[in-house]
Amino acid sequence: MSESVSAVAYLVASVCFIMALRGLSSPTSARMGNIYAITGMVIAVITTLALPGVVSFGTIIIGVLIGGAIGTVIARRIEMTALPQLVAAFHSLVGLAAVFVAAAAFYAPEAYGIGVSGEIPGGSLVEMSIGVAIGAITFTGSIIAFGKLQGIITGKPMVFTGQHLLNLVLGIVLVLLVVWFVAAQSAFIFWLIVLLALLLGVLIIVPIGGADMPVVISMLNSYSGWAAAGIGFTLANPLLIVVGALVGSSGAILSYIMCKGMNRSFFNVILGGFGGEAAGPSSDIQGDRTVKQGAADDAAFIMGQADSVIIIPGYGMAVAQAQHALREMVDLLKARDVKVRYAIHPVAGRMPGHMNVLLAEASVPYDEVLELDEINRDFAMTDVAFVIGANDITNPAAKTDKASPIYGMPVLNVEEAGTVLFVKRSLASGYAGVDNELFYRDNTMMLFGDAKKMCEGIVKALEVGGH
Amino acid sequence: MDPATLADSASQLATEAARLAGQAAQLADEATQLVVESAAHGGGDPFVFLLTVFVLAVFVGYYVVWNVTPALHSPLMSVTNAISSVIVVGALIAAGPAGVSLSKTFGFIAVVLASINIFGGFIVTQRMLSMFRKKK
Repeated sequence: MSESVSAVAYLVASVCFIMALRGLSSPTSARMGNIYAITGMVIAVITTLALPGVVSFGTIIIGVLIGGAIGTVIARRIEMTALPQLVAAFHSLVGLAAVFVAAAAFYAPEAYGIGVSGEIPGGSLVEMSIGVAIGAITFTGSIIAFGKLQGIITGKPMVFTGQHLLNLVLGIVLVLLVVWFVAAQSAFIFWLIVLLALLLGVLIIVPIGGADMPVVISMLNSYSGWAAAGIGFTLANPLLIVVGALVGSSGAILSYIMCKGMNRSFFNVILGGFGGEAAGPSSDIQGDRTVKQGAADDAAFIMGQADSVIIIPGYGMAVAQAQHALREMVDLLKARDVKVRYAIHPVAGRMPGHMNVLLAEASVPYDEVLELDEINRDFAMTDVAFVIGANDITNPAAKTDKASPIYGMPVLNVEEAGTVLFVKRSLASGYAGVDNELFYRDNTMMLFGDAKKMCEGIVKALEVGGH
Repeated sequence: MDPATLADSASQLATEAARLAGQAAQLADEATQLVVESAAHGGGDPFVFLLTVFVLAVFVGYYVVWNVTPALHSPLMSVTNAISSVIVVGALIAAGPAGVSLSKTFGFIAVVLASINIFGGFIVTQRMLSMFRKKK
């Protein structure tokens, strides 16, 4: 295959990837988008296999079979609630692959047409070290994120004094190493860069708390793209550069949306430490204030009488795997002509769009699932707001209490509904460590217990009451 | 789906395609101009060419991703994760030469890692997307 033919094939693959992202603008076109993406990948791989330098197909087929088998098994078996950690784990693989590709390019530059060993042009070395450093940071950073999401590592932020200074110093050392690497072209310094970047990846993610993971995952998504682009520059391959840029900007936009959903700056999230102190109530509330407590029967009665209900799911629903029981409950309500919709806060759950996927898994039609902007006005005209496993995203203090750490964060106006039902395991404050004043209001009823068991209880009560 | 809505969506697609084609033509024009300019400057630096590609792709990514509906942000993450394993291209080149060498070993490992990601990423995306359904 001549050089220009393969260049055109890579261009076609790039266009396929752009079309894939374009397809995601609506659920109806999204499946076609995924097919575009697969087509693009197939074109990219076949084109590369047809390059004159690629001859040992046996090795390659074995590699693809091993990787393909592992990937297929994992992707088929994974529970949808474990999606965030799966994505984190996959990001780490891209990072590690980038490290190995950069290493291969360093040891055999001839294969990529970037000079010969020991005589690699300076520009290529800079690109190589950027690619390898971002790849290594993505690798260990994603592993830490995976550990936090899986619960292997504590979700609490790990902070120590001088942390940011240490990161800054290490970052500067990393830059100096790159300069040295370009001058000396030594393998030792190459691996030193890798080691330091691996360490930085760990240090950057450990101070960030569990509920900030939507930002972290998006950020690592972005990094894996930049790593691919860095490798693309090293290999002078426009396809890698285009894909890297697409993925990089996609992850960056998602991080931005997540930060906006919490009204925090990106740096505030990245510097970490948020929600770390087990802070008690922010103000003078609590004391002998009482809450109204109810059982599944009461909730069934209230919702059964209602005309309209809005359900607000949060991470607690995912933890309890309550989405199926919840949908059963909603089916029974609908059978009684209750209008039911779902309200999704941008940062509900542990990754962007987490709640939407879980509800879709439970066969909730996506046109009943609405975003904050679409539904927030409707709470005032709604009889019941059913909050399941969420807390901070409903806290009215974000609108009124300037001293609150979550002040300014967009929240769902659940307090405007006729009655608010809170399914929660305890009165404990949410991730931000802020007490939710809503619990103590007259029109609020707390339903203490596991989200799934509570939904099942309500289902039972509705079934009995219905006949 | 009845023929009327089908025809409707087809015509919508057609106008969309026409618009895109117009934009593509415009881009092509600009690209030609760029090429002409760089030729005038004696070929130009390959790095500048790659940088051009990179910057334009960032802009394309920016506008395309803002159009993604928030409900599909999870599939967006998994599909971008899968396509970032296009890094497999570099891995294949490294694993490609005959014989045994250190760089070939690195290439082989990278092929395995990227393949996990490609298969895993696309399958999990497909699984997610197949669950999104409209009201019956």
